[in-house]
Amino acid sequence: MRVLLNVPKTAKKGEAVEIKILISHPMESGQRRDEMGQVVPRMVIHDFVCTYNGAEVIRLALFPAIAANPFLAFSARAEDSGAFTFTWADDSGASQTETALIVVE
Amino acid sequence: MTRLRRRLRAVLLALPLLGAAPHSGHDDASPAVQAMQDDDAENPGLLWVQQGAALWDQGCASCHGAPGSMRGVSARHPQFDPALGRPITLAGRVNQCRARTGEAAWTPDSEEMLSVTALVGRQSRGLPVAIDGSGAAQAALEQGRALFTERQGQLNLSCAQCHDDLAGQRLGGARIPQGQPNGYPLYRLEWQGLGSLDRRLRNCLTGVRAEPLPPGSPEMAALQFYLGWRSNGLRVETPAVRP
Repeated sequence: MRVLLNVPKTAKKGEAVEIKILISHPMESGQRRDEMGQVVPRMVIHDFVCTYNGAEVIRLALFPAIAANPFLAFSARAEDSGAFTFTWADDSGASQTETALIVVE
Repeated sequence: MTRLRRRLRAVLLALPLLGAAPHSGHDDASPAVQAMQDDDAENPGLLWVQQGAALWDQGCASCHGAPGSMRGVSARHPQFDPALGRPITLAGRVNQCRARTGEAAWTPDSEEMLSVTALVGRQSRGLPVAIDGSGAAQAALEQGRALFTERQGQLNLSCAQCHDDLAGQRLGGARIPQGQPNGYPLYRLEWQGLGSLDRRLRNCLTGVRAEPLPPGSPEMAALQFYLGWRSNGLRVETPAVRP
């Protein structure tokens, strides 16, 4: 899955940094029918977690009302240099992990 | 170029200015949609640009180098090709390249074509559209203009009746845009994805209950050429975001 990840490369200690992530995903609601009248199976990202040096920053439960290619934005307080890890799972059972490094001065 | 042709060209280039000045659909969109387009972290079209960059590295880069070498290209397309005797779109150019290297053509709405044209289009972002409709291109331009102003479909409407004459007014809750193509391929919230100008025109034509123009037809190329020329001076916005 294609991802646009936006985490500042550097931050001052104690500063709130804004984290933006845009995930390429169909977010198929399970409510629609195809040309043959068959229900298109639900296929959404249902779970998203962001951790910062191992500590959980945010955990999200996503539902079918969310549009395709979900865009998520939230803040975290920069304490130590390290990594933000983003993990999400969808209805196909697939999960993906992305990492962004930050240097705290 | 003779003096007469130069003068003719100056007149033709000034023509769109005689009507309403070109006005981008970006400015008619809601502030939320505008913000989505203007922030690279938020613009979903960039996902296709990213994909396009991966495809570029696999093939295009060996001849063309970095994608930055394509700056200005999409601002000149669709372009009249004297060898073909008709206008050719950016997607048509990509397929010319693919034919030259012995690869199968991509359809206008394939993910690959959308990704690569989004990548190439993005290199020209902010440049003014500058499509040359002079000289031998005039016949194609006139053909495109005729398609634009001709009534068609069961609703018996021409493009010009709404997008020239009534642009800026309201149709229900939405503002009628001028129908400028300066942001294609673009992300439509309605489509939940990136789409080509071909797709947009298919939507328009089925909207007035007319037969859509066949993809890759000379009429399609002429209409896109006229639309492009009509948008001369607007900034390239690829990949734009529209409701």
